[in-house]
Amino acid sequence: METIIENELIRELANKYGRTRESLLPILQDLVVHNRYLTKQDMVDVARELDISAADVFGTATFYSFLDTQERGKYIIRICKTISCAMKGKNDVLSTIEEILKIKLGETTPDRKFSLLETNCIGWCHKAPAMLINDTPYTELTQEKVTEILREYLKK
Amino acid sequence: MKQQYIKRVELIFEKVDCREIMGTIMGMDPDAICQEVLDSDLKGRGGAGFPTGMKWRFAAQEKDPVKYIVCNADEGEPGTFKDRQILDEVPGKVLCGMAIAARAVGAKNGYIYLRGEYKFLIPELESAIDEFHRLADEFNLDFRVQIRLGSGAYICGEESALFESIEGKRGEPRNKPPYPTSSGLFNKPTAINDVETLVHAVMIMKYGAERFKELGTKDSRGSKVFSVSGDTPKAGIYELELGMSVHEFVEEFGDGDTKAVQVGGAAGFCVPRKKFEETIIGFEGVPTGGSMKLFNSTRSMYNVLHKYLDFFAEESCGQCTPCRVGCQQLLKGVEAVKRGDKNFRYLDELVKLARTMKMASKCGLGQSVGNAFGSIVENFREEIIY
Amino acid sequence: MKENNNMISLSVNGLLVKVPEGTTILEAAKQLNFRIPTLCNHDDLCVAGNCRVCVVEQLGGKSLVAACATPVSEGMQILTNSLKVRAARKHVIELLLSEHRADCTKCYKNGKCELQDLANEFCVGDHILLDLVEQREYTIDMFSPSIQKDDSKCIRCQRCVRTCEQLQGVNALTVAYKGNKQKISTFEELSMAEVICTNCGQCVNRCPTGALVERHYLDEVWDAILDPEKHVVVQTAPAVRVGLGEELGLDSGNRVTGKMVAALKRLGFDSVLDTDFTADLTIMEEGTELLTRLKKALVEKDTSVRLPMTTSCSPGWIKFIEHTFPEYLNNVSTCKSPQQMFGALAKTYYAQVRNLDPKNVVSVSIMPCTAKKYEANRPEMRSSGYKDVDIVLTTRELARMIKQAGVDFNKLKEDHYDSIMGISSGAGVIFGATGGVMEAALRTAYEIVTGKEVPFQDLNIMPVRGMEGVRLASVRIEGCKEEWSFLEGVELKCAVAHGLVNARKLMNGVKSGEIDVHFIEIMACPGGCLGGGGQPIPTNDEIRRRRAEAIYEEDMSLEYRKSHENPEIITLYRDFLGEPLGHRSHELLHTHYTERERY
Repeated sequence: METIIENELIRELANKYGRTRESLLPILQDLVVHNRYLTKQDMVDVARELDISAADVFGTATFYSFLDTQERGKYIIRICKTISCAMKGKNDVLSTIEEILKIKLGETTPDRKFSLLETNCIGWCHKAPAMLINDTPYTELTQEKVTEILREYLKK
Repeated sequence: MKQQYIKRVELIFEKVDCREIMGTIMGMDPDAICQEVLDSDLKGRGGAGFPTGMKWRFAAQEKDPVKYIVCNADEGEPGTFKDRQILDEVPGKVLCGMAIAARAVGAKNGYIYLRGEYKFLIPELESAIDEFHRLADEFNLDFRVQIRLGSGAYICGEESALFESIEGKRGEPRNKPPYPTSSGLFNKPTAINDVETLVHAVMIMKYGAERFKELGTKDSRGSKVFSVSGDTPKAGIYELELGMSVHEFVEEFGDGDTKAVQVGGAAGFCVPRKKFEETIIGFEGVPTGGSMKLFNSTRSMYNVLHKYLDFFAEESCGQCTPCRVGCQQLLKGVEAVKRGDKNFRYLDELVKLARTMKMASKCGLGQSVGNAFGSIVENFREEIIY
Repeated sequence: MKENNNMISLSVNGLLVKVPEGTTILEAAKQLNFRIPTLCNHDDLCVAGNCRVCVVEQLGGKSLVAACATPVSEGMQILTNSLKVRAARKHVIELLLSEHRADCTKCYKNGKCELQDLANEFCVGDHILLDLVEQREYTIDMFSPSIQKDDSKCIRCQRCVRTCEQLQGVNALTVAYKGNKQKISTFEELSMAEVICTNCGQCVNRCPTGALVERHYLDEVWDAILDPEKHVVVQTAPAVRVGLGEELGLDSGNRVTGKMVAALKRLGFDSVLDTDFTADLTIMEEGTELLTRLKKALVEKDTSVRLPMTTSCSPGWIKFIEHTFPEYLNNVSTCKSPQQMFGALAKTYYAQVRNLDPKNVVSVSIMPCTAKKYEANRPEMRSSGYKDVDIVLTTRELARMIKQAGVDFNKLKEDHYDSIMGISSGAGVIFGATGGVMEAALRTAYEIVTGKEVPFQDLNIMPVRGMEGVRLASVRIEGCKEEWSFLEGVELKCAVAHGLVNARKLMNGVKSGEIDVHFIEIMACPGGCLGGGGQPIPTNDEIRRRRAEAIYEEDMSLEYRKSHENPEIITLYRDFLGEPLGHRSHELLHTHYTERERY
């Protein structure tokens, strides 16, 4: 039953963005917004809809860091690990997150609510350290601030 | 030595009535627009520094009726965050800049390639685009703009990789020649410009090329938006006249203990204190897309280098041998020297390798790894080894 | 002499040359007899420009340029061997070696590896750079019976990806991830055996290192030969006899049939027989099947009969259609391939006549093909009660066995195939070239229907020959015998395609109705079997053309030119099978197909 619903979504996306090769990225991006990552079946269905090979879809998706093909949680935390954030205390912030959520970098919480990942410069160097939770940036992080932020998310 | 104060400029973020600009450009011959921009000596503000007027003229001369204007908003260079501010505060000016390019080149379609990390800007951008389309209609300019989103790949800031990404493929840079102006997006003549460059074009149309040339130096005309971060009490975004020395910059932005400034992000050059005075920030010295990072004496340059190499090893597209394997060799190499597994003379081998990467890589990423590597190793050798 | 406007003058290493606009530096240098080394470049594929081995210096340029990817420009001055170039090239080779697991002495491609050649040429010497292999997680995929993929040897030249994409249109391989994690992968990093890979082996033919090789079974064959209990029969495909020579020091285009048979006998096979024999048999069965379908469609108006009918002897094609056009599986002939027909008969007919216990018969085949290894392992290929074909070897593996046995191939005296499955007609041997099955079928079918030979000089049906990807031809049937009168005046329309990218085009044409034919021949490999995944490496258009010429020469040289005239075939039907499509035939010589996943 679930597969059919998933196909519907992909068909809708293809109707919205088209069925040419250039439609691939917008479709995959929207799929990720919906499901947070791309399943094997997703990729096969997209391949069928656009009449390209599944291997092609896989190869394209894995190129982009934000198009995860591994299972992710509802809220993906991406903490910046590039130089400015590293200089301004990102490691402390990271440990705090790991402590609160009880997972390590790269892992997802058992209730599938949070995934913790590192990412490269997200463009908030003057307000480092910074992180993204899904598409929302959070800057000037401290251990206290990040605790507050996570508390809000945990409530959701 | 003559003391020159750093000149703050307020051109980029100045609010401008785009209708005035549209009126101007629609009344001009397309080639006259190219000429005006060429006369101003405006060079690309994304870091590569190609003369904008020349780029537009090349694209304009192509006979293909289908052409594209692309705004490169994939600001991914570590330490660069100025485009985000520009798109946030004056999106209308960016679109106006695209309109100028479209008129000059003869394009009917434009794309803004926005990095995925800036997705939160989309609602605002989309309403700016709607407004712009109404304006274009009013002035009979047949030009439509749409947004395409990136998904977390630094290499997509490279022009041909950006085209590949819009086309729905892996962002792998292409062979050049052919160059974008003859074969770019969808293999059509394309003029691709940085966000800031497009806004400069707007100001040139408003105030004229001569006004623009009053700022800066002979090789680096005009002003530039810098994003300053690191060990500085004044982290933020500043529009400054080009052509100042690093010394002057540090006087203004340093915390009193600056030992090095990384100009141009991971792909740029590290300027040590002893070279502050002689190094000019501009196309005649160290060019930059705007990223300025200050390091004080508490920072380990080994860590800085390591972070940059780690960044490249991860973000390289992986296509060509010198970059894909070279980045890993440099990274593991400095680790080995630090650990003592490799003798310090191994650093010289790595410097030679970095030189090969600069000569033989397929695109600017591989060619730039050697910049940071070479400049940090040359100037902070002890910190790398001990 | 008037100057051609489109000619460009440039100098390479100080020597002047004039070439047409659009020529690459690589090609221009070749005209001056300067060979610039390459790795990712291949004659059959589009330019990649990613290995950077071919970088050269352009005076006045700030970086080196890739010779394979850079078009010449007026007044260009190129240096192919300057200090800068040599330093860069050496570094590139060292970089490649640092991420390559070099176990050369154990590697299947030892002595035939392009990376090894480069390292040798440039005297790489001590490896100064760090070894990156031990820190990498790599996989060695040996799940497929046909192809082995070893990531630790991959140098990411992407030839395999381009082959699978552009030449074959299968797209089973892709480049995945980026940076230091970049690798060549299948969908979801599944094994080659679990995805759309058709086993055609074209990637194997083009891989410069030992990353992609065929699964090899030489030891199993030696064990069987040296086992006194076992009676080992070997069959040889038509394309092998025009390719084998290349592995043993001869130029391409040499027919080595007699020597090949002599060598096989010296290796110790108990009986050396010919796949061409069962190729003739395939024509008997398939020709009859085609005529039966035509009769059902045109006379009985049976709408369940599917036309066009396609050939079924190429296992790469079969797997391809199972994945991509499963709705057309009923169009495929139910005939097995010659290899499998042989296998089924070896352990029934042959064993009977020779008074052997079939469980002691080991049936080996020598094929120009890697997909045949997969085909032999299909669960349905056990009609004899045993595995019909036990082991499949490629042309390359046979050459290796010949060397291992110390046989001096070129000095052998020619020998003949053994009976009772060793005689073949020219129609059987042309199976090795694209268009060959079609031509063989027409030679027989036409005569069955009209009682006369096909109206082409020397029985050479030229319209179905050649190297264009998709070819259409038709033969007008005139003067039919009474029972075939419904075919009087009918234009028998045929289509031939080789290379799976062309197979896809053809099938799409059939789907859309644009291509309306009765009979289709499809070979998975460019050139047909002579360009197969098991044939000698290197391969290019010229080599394949010469092998094709050799095949048609062989056809002309044989006593019998039509399948139905083969006396051993006549005996087979008389003594064992009865008649084509008879009960025995259905049991042993026909098969069915399986719909598969899209990925």
